[in-house]
Amino acid sequence: MNNTYIYIAIMAATIFLIRALPLTLIRKKIKNRTLRSFLYYVPYVTLAVMTFPAIIHATNSIYSGILALITGIILAYFKVSLFGVSVVSCAAVFLIELLII
Amino acid sequence: MTDKLKYYKKGLRDGIPIGLGYFAVAFTLGIMAQKNGLTPFQAMLTALLTNASAGGFAGFELMGAMAPYWQMALMQLVVNARYLLMSCALSQKLSPETSTLHRSIIAFDVTDEIFGISIAQKGYLNPFYTYGAMTVSIPGWAIGTFLGVVMGNILPLRLVSALSVGLYGMFLAIIIPPARENRIIAGIIAVSFALSFAFSFITQIPEGMRVIILTVVISLAAALLFPVKEEEDE
Repeated sequence: MNNTYIYIAIMAATIFLIRALPLTLIRKKIKNRTLRSFLYYVPYVTLAVMTFPAIIHATNSIYSGILALITGIILAYFKVSLFGVSVVSCAAVFLIELLII
Repeated sequence: MTDKLKYYKKGLRDGIPIGLGYFAVAFTLGIMAQKNGLTPFQAMLTALLTNASAGGFAGFELMGAMAPYWQMALMQLVVNARYLLMSCALSQKLSPETSTLHRSIIAFDVTDEIFGISIAQKGYLNPFYTYGAMTVSIPGWAIGTFLGVVMGNILPLRLVSALSVGLYGMFLAIIIPPARENRIIAGIIAVSFALSFAFSFITQIPEGMRVIILTVVISLAAALLFPVKEEEDE
């Protein structure tokens, strides 16, 4: 019988090391241009990949998910705040699901 | 001092939607924990110590299956490998003078969302901004998990459904505005969407793995094709 707390400790330790090693070890500005460019693009690519197609499968209906995606892109394009985009996307899903489900 | 407070407050404000989004997602994490035999306290402790969604889901499943300990470590390494990339990117966002203590505290909560808002700050990241966001998001995650175990099926399904897009809305708010000013970024986001969609049909690749592979391949291709000029990088 394995111990739940040992499992939790292993999870916590592994995850912390993954997150802490680069942040604490890389202290200088990286000089290599390709590497710098790579790290510059990482956030955009990783957030984009995580958002789509996951957003359209996150809700009870694929249509409300698509609506959330379109709503979010339009609001973000007009530079609405993080909170604004987030809340209005949720509201759009809630309202459309009242109609279609 | 006032500077720290200013950034802390800004972080608190930006952290509110994250905390709310976490609360909703953590609820489902709690339900999952309960199915795998964890007590509310154990589930909340896991949430507090890991701040990881995919890692949490995978972890609870392995506990339920009574997998060997080494398998838990390996699984967490794979599922959370994207945080390694985020941590590398964040290291370039901090002033070289930032102490190891500050770096370690930030590292504790490198999540998709906290990373997203931290990296979006202008100039060097002030650690207190991230601390502000952590102050509201970590309890949201932990309390949500706890309540998910205790009363999994009480929250109306409609509400859970609506709240579940909140985090994605925030991601869009981070990546779309820069794309408006910069055509290369816009193109890269479009390519990322398209490839992510295409690869989602290959069900043998778990989602965490797909994120890592596509992030590395697309970012590397972009870096080689469109190296950034010095001033853009600041």
